[in-house]
Amino acid sequence: MEKNKITQERLLGLASDLYNQFQEGIVPHISLPSRTKGNIEYSTKDDVWVYGDQETRRSVKTVRGAKTLLKTVYLSELLIKEHLKNNRGSTLREIYYISENWDIAKFHEQAESDRLIEDLEIVTALQREDFHIRPEEDGAAVFGPLRLREQTRRGEREMHCQEDVGEAGYQIPFNVDNIQFLSHDAKMVMAIETGGMYARLIENGFDEEFGAILVHIKGQPARSTRRIIKRLNSELKLPVVVFTDGDPWSYRIFASIAYGAIKSAHLSEHLVTPSARFLGVQPSDIVEYNLSTDKLTDQDMQALRSELSDPRFNTPYWEKQIRLQMDLKKKAEQQAFAGKGLDFVTRKYLPDRLAEMGII
Amino acid sequence: MEIAEELAKQQKAISVAEFFEKNRQILGFDSAPRALITCVKEAVDNSLDACEDAGILPDIFVQVKRSGDYYQVIVEDNGPGIVSDEIPRVFAKLLYGSRFHTLRQSRGQQGIGISAAVLYSQLTSGKPTKVISKIGPGRPARYCELMINTMKNEPEILKAEDVEWERPRGTRVEMEMEGSYVRSRRQSVFGSLKSAAIVNPHARITLVEPEGNVEVFERATEVLPKRAYAIQPHPAGIELGELIKLLRYTDKKKLRVFLKETFSSIGTISAQELCNLANLDPERHPADLNHDEAKRLLAAFKQIRVKSPPVDCLSPIGEELIKAGLEKEFRLDFIATTVRPVSVYSGNPFLVEVGLGFGGELEKESRVEILRFANRVPLVYQQGACAITHAVEGVSWKNYSLGQPTGSGVPVGPAVLLVHIASTNIPFTSESKDAVADVPEILSEIDLGLKEVARKLRRYLSRQSILSERREKEEIIRKILPRIAEKLSDILEKDEPDIGPVVAKIMGNLLVFRHVEMQNGLSAVKIEVKNHSDLTRSFKLHEVLRQEAVFVSPAAKVVAMGDVYDYHWKLSIGPGESATLCYSVRSDGASFADPVVEGLEAEIVTGARVI
Repeated sequence: MEKNKITQERLLGLASDLYNQFQEGIVPHISLPSRTKGNIEYSTKDDVWVYGDQETRRSVKTVRGAKTLLKTVYLSELLIKEHLKNNRGSTLREIYYISENWDIAKFHEQAESDRLIEDLEIVTALQREDFHIRPEEDGAAVFGPLRLREQTRRGEREMHCQEDVGEAGYQIPFNVDNIQFLSHDAKMVMAIETGGMYARLIENGFDEEFGAILVHIKGQPARSTRRIIKRLNSELKLPVVVFTDGDPWSYRIFASIAYGAIKSAHLSEHLVTPSARFLGVQPSDIVEYNLSTDKLTDQDMQALRSELSDPRFNTPYWEKQIRLQMDLKKKAEQQAFAGKGLDFVTRKYLPDRLAEMGII
Repeated sequence: MEIAEELAKQQKAISVAEFFEKNRQILGFDSAPRALITCVKEAVDNSLDACEDAGILPDIFVQVKRSGDYYQVIVEDNGPGIVSDEIPRVFAKLLYGSRFHTLRQSRGQQGIGISAAVLYSQLTSGKPTKVISKIGPGRPARYCELMINTMKNEPEILKAEDVEWERPRGTRVEMEMEGSYVRSRRQSVFGSLKSAAIVNPHARITLVEPEGNVEVFERATEVLPKRAYAIQPHPAGIELGELIKLLRYTDKKKLRVFLKETFSSIGTISAQELCNLANLDPERHPADLNHDEAKRLLAAFKQIRVKSPPVDCLSPIGEELIKAGLEKEFRLDFIATTVRPVSVYSGNPFLVEVGLGFGGELEKESRVEILRFANRVPLVYQQGACAITHAVEGVSWKNYSLGQPTGSGVPVGPAVLLVHIASTNIPFTSESKDAVADVPEILSEIDLGLKEVARKLRRYLSRQSILSERREKEEIIRKILPRIAEKLSDILEKDEPDIGPVVAKIMGNLLVFRHVEMQNGLSAVKIEVKNHSDLTRSFKLHEVLRQEAVFVSPAAKVVAMGDVYDYHWKLSIGPGESATLCYSVRSDGASFADPVVEGLEAEIVTGARVI
């Protein structure tokens, strides 16, 4: 496969760089952009947030750095010799277990191997799917007027995401690039945080009535979920709205869809949908619809304050909403609309809000 | 009758014994656990003092037993013994002793301790104290049962007889009292004996606890501490009242003789100088001096420089034995000790010794334990009121690599501090001898001693951190780099890269690197020498060749040795600089041994053999 060849070449390139550093008497090292809030900046080229110029250097001068490089070399060997040559793959968790045999290069916890894989993505400008590494978690689900074809290990499968699927919808595979969109009858994509609201909209027939492709994002969205939203947006030219709870943690879910995550800013161009818009629950909805609420905890307040200093939330809209919420000291769940009747959300709230946003 | 006359009828003298009967806390008998500790401590102190005076290595046996509602305390030693006539007064008369009137270092001073223990025992259990003492192998042992007549402060002998005793000499005292036995903390019989063992490493102390458990604090040395000699008062810091008292009661007829004989460190010349300064006739009778003249004499004392008091009167533990004592009772990585020179407060010579133990099995996060000692006696109670604690709290320990969360106070870290004050007269805050008073001269000496050991600790720790940095680098070089090189060669299917140059860089070493290139039947050799350290390196570099070389640059010295030639260059390379040496040899039969560096340590050279 062409992609495998490129991946292999990049990994070998990394190994040769280290090899040459030894030969030239340069202390072997790898430079990486530093992955902190202070080092993400807006790329006007792609309209997404990417890493800035600050770099950290992994060098063999310290025991930590030397061990990290040793692990990088072991991992590269695994990817080249096992994954790419034999067209096999492992999950993130499996990689961590495989390292058991690496002696002093063994990972101490999965977070360490996950992080190193992200590092490899950055230095090779590739994605972990290219290394044949997949996450444990299932991709989330899609329900709506969309026909697609999936390349599976057991052949091609074609299906319609309303007619050929059960009530839970179509399960998104870990490598979204194996999907081809065939046709659709949709006007928008709606990403929904909670399973309860996703099921409510399906039960109420919202997808049919409004031509909405519903994506259940299951909390903090996995890469594959973000990737499919991105593709639905850019390939089918559908507007994307994000419907979450009305609390600071949910705003971060929206931010990771629309702006990217600090941890994976190197993949922003593949995963981020800059035109995605936040539908609700907005702090102003709490006031307008007099929703039943919970009190903000200290951690919630802390998170809101932190968002005020996050470049991704640095817009007049967010500033206004966050400050309003800090004044209210309240938060509301998506399910709060049920207090006005089970149909309220599909009959009143969503139509009004979507009209206000100019989508219907 | 006037009221005053009425009152006068009721007034009468109070016996010391009666006074202490009502004020037992003053002597350290204020709680049940403490009373037991104090009794043991007083008896053990007496034994140690007696053995020291007699030049005997102390072997002390302590037993605490339950006896009905009471505790029985037995302390037995191998000391010189006490003559029969003295036994009752030594044990059963308060303020009777041999040490109060002399100026020399000893544990006991006032002659209260053991008789107070006897008094406490009789007050709480109503039973007499039993004493056996024997002064020599050929002599009978004397057995007495004693109580104190508190009204008169005189011994009452209930029984006295000669008995058989298997020891060649020694004393055994047996008391019964109310008490409470605690273990597992420092303020216990066990803790106080353990502390006593640290500063008396020449003593063997055996403790049998109530449940039958036996603890032996073994000797760390067979050498007795240096005997302390009695001295005269030192003129520095003497007070006016004391001086007037000495002047009035002296048997000397002439002032100059009085000065010379009454004080230590004053000779004929300084006596004369004092008289001149005070404008007094050296031939005057000392008792005739009036208040003003005594005052002038005192002022003169302050003006002249007198030499320090003689050290003989003090018996310091010494650095070696402090170290041995700490090593014996703790597991430590490092011990620093110091003995300060003799100093004086109010005419009393004193000296301070400090020991600091670090690391090992000590708690890393808790407050540092302070072992306080005065004249080799551990101070167990009232740590917060003691000059030693105050001096410890006053040091900025952060400067010396120990934690001090609030910026002052007892430091935190894996350390133990030992402070010993030796003096002819320790200024205790109270008669129970728990805490040393905040005398400025003493505080300042403790402070200096603490800082001395703290500086040694800091030096040790910084040496350790350099070593651990070096070890860390060695781990990289020996374990990790070769692995990386091996894996890279596996992945790339190339030869393993030479890690030498990188090693030299990381270690800050001198790197010697030889390239050989074939040209027209000649091997052109280039040796690059790079100095990765922060210091200039001067050395000789040798190439031992089987044939003569051509195109040698820069010029080298050649020594023919049999069938080989030793080419050598004298080099001096600054930090970060490098030098290149070139020569050529015929390719046929050219083989190269490692280059040789002469004049540097092997650890700082990479790529060459070192001689």
